[in-house]
Formats: sequence, structure tokens, C-alpha cells
Amino acid sequence: MCNINKNNFIKFFFFLFIVKPFILWALGINVRGMEKLPKNGPAIIVANHNSHIDTLIIMSLFPCSTILNIHPIAAEDYFCNTKFKEFLFKTLIGIIPIKRKVVRLPKREIFKEINTALENNEIIILYPEGTRGEDNKLNDFKTGIAHIAAMNPNVPIIPLYINGPDKILPKIDAILVPFISDIYIADSIYYDNSATKIFTEKIRNIIEDLMLTHKRKETL
Amino acid sequence: MEQILLTNNVKLCIIILYIVLFLITLYAYIMSKVKENSSNLFTRMKSFWIIVILFTIAFMFNKLTAVFFIMLISYLALKEFFSMIPTRRSDRRVLLWAYLSIPIQFYFIYTNWIVMFYLFIPLYLFILIPLRMVMVGDTEGFLKSCGIIHWALMTCVYTIGYFAVYFSIPNEINPQGGALGLLLFILIITISNDFMQYVFGKSMGKNKITPNVSPNKTWEGFIGGAISTAVLSMLIAPILTPLSIIQAGLVGLIIAIAGFFGDITMSAIKRDIGVKDTGALLPGHGGILDRLDSLIFTVPLFFHYIAYTNNIGILH
Repeated sequence: MCNINKNNFIKFFFFLFIVKPFILWALGINVRGMEKLPKNGPAIIVANHNSHIDTLIIMSLFPCSTILNIHPIAAEDYFCNTKFKEFLFKTLIGIIPIKRKVVRLPKREIFKEINTALENNEIIILYPEGTRGEDNKLNDFKTGIAHIAAMNPNVPIIPLYINGPDKILPKIDAILVPFISDIYIADSIYYDNSATKIFTEKIRNIIEDLMLTHKRKETL
Repeated sequence: MEQILLTNNVKLCIIILYIVLFLITLYAYIMSKVKENSSNLFTRMKSFWIIVILFTIAFMFNKLTAVFFIMLISYLALKEFFSMIPTRRSDRRVLLWAYLSIPIQFYFIYTNWIVMFYLFIPLYLFILIPLRMVMVGDTEGFLKSCGIIHWALMTCVYTIGYFAVYFSIPNEINPQGGALGLLLFILIITISNDFMQYVFGKSMGKNKITPNVSPNKTWEGFIGGAISTAVLSMLIAPILTPLSIIQAGLVGLIIAIAGFFGDITMSAIKRDIGVKDTGALLPGHGGILDRLDSLIFTVPLFFHYIAYTNNIGILH
């Protein structure tokens, strides 16, 4: 953990002066269920993923006092493929890298950093789709989330649906266009000892429900 | 740095405005304590205080801060509009051009380049927006998209720009109030017209004017609002504007009608899209466009009324 926490103040000021003003004023968010967001860790935020902006928006929901405890889980092959990128994202965002490729390692070893973070009362953000989707569709979830939940049965899991970043900065485009994002937060759930596939599907259904709530509001 | 003229009459009006706001807030606060379900008015007043204080601060310093402040409002309104309406994915670059038109438009306003202010959106962007769209090349829903984007620019950039264009009115035209007096006048008249139409509609409204667009609007509310707006206009016009009593009454009626139609036009758009509020920026009001809806029609009209009666503004 020490390699994440030692650059504390850079991340703090990056969010205080750049990310938060940008997300809250230049883009704008509209949150439903703000009271369901955990005040302190450990907690796992599970969200749909369409854009890099997702992470910045979810992190901006938290007050600056807890921003240092929040760590998005990021693909090692994308965010840490060069030493510079690894340094940059670990310093500014505080990412925890994870290997997306199938590796022959025990589960505890693969999720070691995540488990340590949760033991240290940190909040992690996880996108079980594994990559950014296109056209705002909810893809199938990978079962990693259920494995993490099984190893940390006392940690609350908060499903979250976010709509808008696919218009602000979609995967296929590099130009940012401002829009207001809608965020829906659901009640937290805990691991219920069901099979990993079933538990993963349960989380996906909650997020899909939030998505349908949003669609209904759109076409009232 | 160009200073904004603050005459004693304007200062007096601002003080009266704060007192009235304070009394309404006090009333709302007492009502929210007495009745359980009437805290909405109190939430509304809280947002109102923030708006009024921001406006006061922005207009106290100089023209640059005032124009910049209006530019931010314009940006927030346009962003709200584009977030509310369904847009095609292929229009992202076009929307970016629409956003970039805001600083250009407000540059023309700040530098008093009034002709360009008049022409930039109705003419130049009328040409540039479709130009950018054909370069993208998505023809499905082309005309609809083109119309939506231009309508958004006219409401959120062009008409909101008029708030700032008031500062290019020469102060000699209005010795009692200066340019700020005219702007303050139209803001007070329009907002009180909204309020009076609401009050009269609530208390004695029976016959609906537009049952399909906005079922809450009644003839009683409209007529009651129009009469009280004309009276209020005649009362405060001598303090803030160079208008004669008859002109003030006429302006009051024009504002009442224009404000009413601005309001129901935004209602019709919301109904078309299927949303209740345009956004959630102002608690108790909805979005920024919910609050600006009647001003979008009245502020440009009053500017041109002044420009016409004083022979200014069209080509100087």
C-alpha cells in the first residue's frame, strides 16, 4: 500500500482543484440516492463502464477528505503498460492494477492488493464489464467481483449506474463534449454464499434495474 | 475596465428587492413550520437567494465580470438543453462547435460589436452548423437535428446574450437608472409576472388557456397577472427607466404576454421530450431553463422596445 499512499497530497490537490471543479461545474452531475454512498470504507463500488470519465465522476461524488481512500481497479495491460503511465495513474488517481489475462496463480495472489486495500478500510471501484462498452449497453459481467466478495464477506457492495459519460467521451472518440450525467445508486448488498456466477448475475440485475429506471424517466 | 453605472435609484431598488425577498422567505419559513407539506416554497426561496446574491455580486464590479457571469449562465443553459434532448451520436462534433460559439458571441457583446451580436447566431451559425453536419455525413434525422441545435443556440446563447447587451445601452438614455436600471426593471417585472400569474391562477383559476400544453395555466391567472404586472410596471418605471406612465403600462402588458408564452413554450418542449424539469441545478425550481423560460422571451423584447423608442442599438 505504501506505494499508493506516499503521493497523498498530489492526488488530493489534483481532485480538489482540477477534477472536482471540472466534473461538478463544467460537466454537471445529477445524483439519485446520494445517501446510499458509503461515508467510509471498506466498500466496493460496482458500476457500468463506458468512458474514462466514469471513474472521475464516481470519485468526485466523495468528499475531498476521503478521496485518498478511494482506489479504482484498473487493467494493468492498459494503464500500466509503460513506467510513465503506471506512475501517473498511481499518483494522480490511486489505481490498483489488476491482470486481465488468465494467469495460473491462486485467487488470493491475484486479488492480493485489493484484499489489502479492503482490510485497510479503503473504498474500491470496480467495473465488472472488464472494459469500456459502446453505445451505452450493459455487457456481461466477469465473475471477479464475486470472488472478491467471497473473500471479503463483510464488505458492502454498492451497485451504481451512470449515464452520460458515453456521450461526453466515448471509447471511439478522443474529443470531450460536455453533458450532464445522471447517477443512480442502489442499496448496498453483501455476499450471500451463492455461486459466483449467480452472485455476479445478481449484481448485474441490480445495475440493469437502475438503467431501466433511467430509461423510464427519459421516456416518461 | 468599463464600470457599470450604479445610480441611487438602482441602489434603492436593490435594497427594496432584498427586503421583499426577506419578507417572502420569512413567510415561507413560517408556512413550512406550520404546515408539513409546504416546504417547497422555502426550498425555492433558498435557491432564489443564491441567484439574487450571485447577480448582485456579478453586476457590482464592472462590465467584464457581468458579461462573464451571463456567459456562464448561457453555458449552463446550453449544457442543460443538450443533456435534456436526445442527440445523435454523430452530432458530438457539431455540439462542440455550438459550445464554442458561446465565448465568440460574448466577445462581440463585451466589445460592443452589436452588429455581429445580431448576426452571429441567426446567420453565421445558421450556415456553419449544417456545414459541420454535412462534413460528418449522417443524413438520417439531419433536418431534425439541425433544427434542434439551432433552436438551442437561439434560446440558450442568443437570447441569454441579451442580458449582457443591456450594458451597451448608453447611460445618457436613462439618467435615473443607467443600463443596469433597465436590466433590473425587466428582471423584476418578468419574475413578478410569473409569480402573480401563479398566485391569481391558484386562487381563482378556472378556465384553462392551453389544456394540452400546460394545464395549470388559466385565463384568470393570465389576466390577473397581466393587470398586476402593468400596475407594477407603472409604479417602478419612473424610478428605473425613462418610460412615460402610458409606455410603462404598455410594456407591462407586452411583458406579461411574452412571459406567458415563454413559459408555455418551454413547457411544450418539456412535454414533447417527456421530462418534468429541464434539470436539477436549482433545488425547488428544477433546471436553469425552468427559471429562465419567461425571461428568454421578455428580455430581448424589452431591449428592442428601448432600442426602438430611443433610436439606438440596431446599427451602432
